[in-house]
Amino acid sequence: MQMPIPDASVIEHKDQIVARLLAVLPRDAVIADVVETRAYECDGLTAYRCPPMCAVLPSNTDEVASVLKICHELGVPVVPRGSGTSLAGGALPTADCVILGVAKMNGVIETNYDDRYIRVQTGRTNLSVTGAVEANGFFYAPDPSSQLACAIAGNIAMNSGGAHCLKYGVTTNNLLGVTMVMMDGTVVDIGGAYMDAGGLDLLGVICGSEGQLGVVTEATLRILPKPEGARPVLIGYDSSEVAGQVVTDIIKAGVLPVAIEFMDRPCIEATENFAHAGYPMCEALLIVEVEGSDAEIDAQLALIMKIAAKHNPVELREAKDADEAGRIWLGRKSAFGAMGQINDYMCLDGTIPVSELPYVLRRISEMSKEFGLDVGNVFHAGDGNMHPLILFDANKEGDLELCEEFGAEILKLCVEVGGCLTGEHGVGIEKRDLMHVQFSATDLEAQMAVKDVFDPKWLLNAAKVFPLDASEPRRVA
Amino acid sequence: MTPTSELELSDMIKAVNGPLRIVGGGTRPIGHVMGEVLSTAALSGITLHEPGALTLVARAGTPVVDIEATLATQNQRLAFEPMDHRALMGTSGQPTIGGVVAANISGPRRISVGACRDFLLGVRFVDGAGNIVKNGGRVMKNVTGYDLVKLMAGAYGTLGVLTEVSFKVLPAVEAETTLTLSGLDDTTAIQAMSAGLGSPFEVTGVAHDPAQSLTHFRLEGFAASVAYRADALSKLLAPFGIMQDTAGDWSAIRDVTAFAGKTGDVWRISVKPSEAAALAAKIGADAVQYDWGGGLIWALCPVGTDVRTAMIGTAGHATLIRGTGQTFHPEPAPLADISTGLRARFDPRGILNTGIMG
Repeated sequence: MQMPIPDASVIEHKDQIVARLLAVLPRDAVIADVVETRAYECDGLTAYRCPPMCAVLPSNTDEVASVLKICHELGVPVVPRGSGTSLAGGALPTADCVILGVAKMNGVIETNYDDRYIRVQTGRTNLSVTGAVEANGFFYAPDPSSQLACAIAGNIAMNSGGAHCLKYGVTTNNLLGVTMVMMDGTVVDIGGAYMDAGGLDLLGVICGSEGQLGVVTEATLRILPKPEGARPVLIGYDSSEVAGQVVTDIIKAGVLPVAIEFMDRPCIEATENFAHAGYPMCEALLIVEVEGSDAEIDAQLALIMKIAAKHNPVELREAKDADEAGRIWLGRKSAFGAMGQINDYMCLDGTIPVSELPYVLRRISEMSKEFGLDVGNVFHAGDGNMHPLILFDANKEGDLELCEEFGAEILKLCVEVGGCLTGEHGVGIEKRDLMHVQFSATDLEAQMAVKDVFDPKWLLNAAKVFPLDASEPRRVA
Repeated sequence: MTPTSELELSDMIKAVNGPLRIVGGGTRPIGHVMGEVLSTAALSGITLHEPGALTLVARAGTPVVDIEATLATQNQRLAFEPMDHRALMGTSGQPTIGGVVAANISGPRRISVGACRDFLLGVRFVDGAGNIVKNGGRVMKNVTGYDLVKLMAGAYGTLGVLTEVSFKVLPAVEAETTLTLSGLDDTTAIQAMSAGLGSPFEVTGVAHDPAQSLTHFRLEGFAASVAYRADALSKLLAPFGIMQDTAGDWSAIRDVTAFAGKTGDVWRISVKPSEAAALAAKIGADAVQYDWGGGLIWALCPVGTDVRTAMIGTAGHATLIRGTGQTFHPEPAPLADISTGLRARFDPRGILNTGIMG
């Protein structure tokens, strides 16, 4: 993985830059010691590490503005960081950068149940947004797997999804407004506690821009009333084709489950050995969850079970209560941990049209043999978002590179069948050099033109998203 | 100009010098644009409908009615319920899907499922320099690169001429019921609507008509479920009165037909529901109606009424849908600069629907 050559003239002036930052921030909010900056050397994509020149932890929007103003004036690159859980390297530093962490900004600014929104500082974790409103019967819908740790700032930057977005959408569908600091220190308010902000949909393009357009410090989020209840059903099949057909049949029947999760045999085996959830050993396992009152859940599950039964399942298990529901989810929720017990793994997240599922799974299994690396598939089947987990040994020479090559082939396949490189993790550095596969030079040019407007000097997280050769003329200008 | 292909459109835009007025079905003359007419009528047709993946792709000039008919054959629909402006604007013609996207047109169900932009998965467009650009795709979860899809929705053609759009569609429902409260003043009606929307009973339309003092709540889904939720909602809202089962003319609510043919400016105002009644009382309207639980106010005002001055101190924005004043709410300086900058990048010669958004 190539990164731009750090700007030596910036690093040379580290002391002066740190002094300027200390003038606008409390002493403990500036981390410049070479040992301490190592804490920020990577995010969830741990294969790549690089300590930043320094890190700052501002406490409010004004401090963020002061920091960015200084960095803008001095031409210092800035990499924003939420909780550092990105799996795509979105918060990976460069050696000449200031890491701008929002962790200290974690307060709730306002909750309004009549108008159904919450306004938070963006360092707040995803789960604690729900935590702030659940006593009143509300929740915040996007639920990425890392929700215990990940920050709203990162969710907005990556337009994070989760298991329940088939019904509730992803971050962009639940974001009403932001306060954002632009690279030159200008503070802008976009949208608010009302629907469909006027003018161009700037909120829409900021969400998912991977921290390249500005640093979002506050966000107004839509909150929803909690459903009366939710229960899953577990269905096992001896073929992934059949399981894929069942998913389409359920969707066509007019049921809209909140989640349809898919696991293949390698993943089932790994999780069984790890979590002992009592899953059947079969080729494909579906977990389908529906919501509503008890009677509504019964009715929807009956319909789903009827569809499932038509396709000769090897297992059909309905959760009758919370305990059984928990057991059904147990394996799925420990799938990543289980795979991690076996070996190091790389988690991909390409999306495919649901109809291509059987073909893609077959191709992945063929490629697995060609590359000699095992792969397990976990999958948000309702929306086609795949999570192939490729197992490799980080201590074995060349294994990471082989794994990356295999991963790239899978992602190319996703694009080839009409899908995309990343469904919810983001491009970061991980998929940056594959962007050419999905986009023409003109397509990328149109996207980079947006960054030109928000960050003309290309100082914010500039080594991400766009292939380095494509962004170079702008970065070095 | 009526290009028959994306390539032809690209060549035409490259060749032209003067401003272009982009027209789909011509049913939503929102804003005031001069220029040679560029029609998307010949860029028409559904290119993909995959019912099992809840996906539909169509060329921009495809009539909405064709899309709805195709979806209906598979018992599906555009869930964001796009408004038909013909009655309100006094226009004829066929609304196109490109027009729906360009103006980000949604209806009453927007409050529960999201707007047009939330269902839009991908776009193809030709920018003001003639470049053919694609963004997004046809899958539901996609964070690959910047989301220009959202940027194009509601850009009124100022960033590019849409050629193809793809959508997430949803299943149609087995049953629909409307429950109506009567006799509530605006403030109380909004409290009732907020209580309904804050309940777990999945209300998919909430509107209040002050002229008749009727407050409508729509429930949709499987018949047994709708019956259960209707009962539960009636109990929850009992403090506001007895809920009556009514026919519920949601297309009239969606299309604001109450203001059709009536003289005056028509404003569309987006605010916090809890501030809507107070605002509606002071904008000098002849008539108002509330949608989205109060979050959307439709106001019929005497010609030339300055609604925006009355809004100072209220968060939100007002669009002049029918009338001769400034169409869009002026943006604060830094945002206006960003918008101007984006338009200059995507349309460097300033020829696409020039001036419509500022």
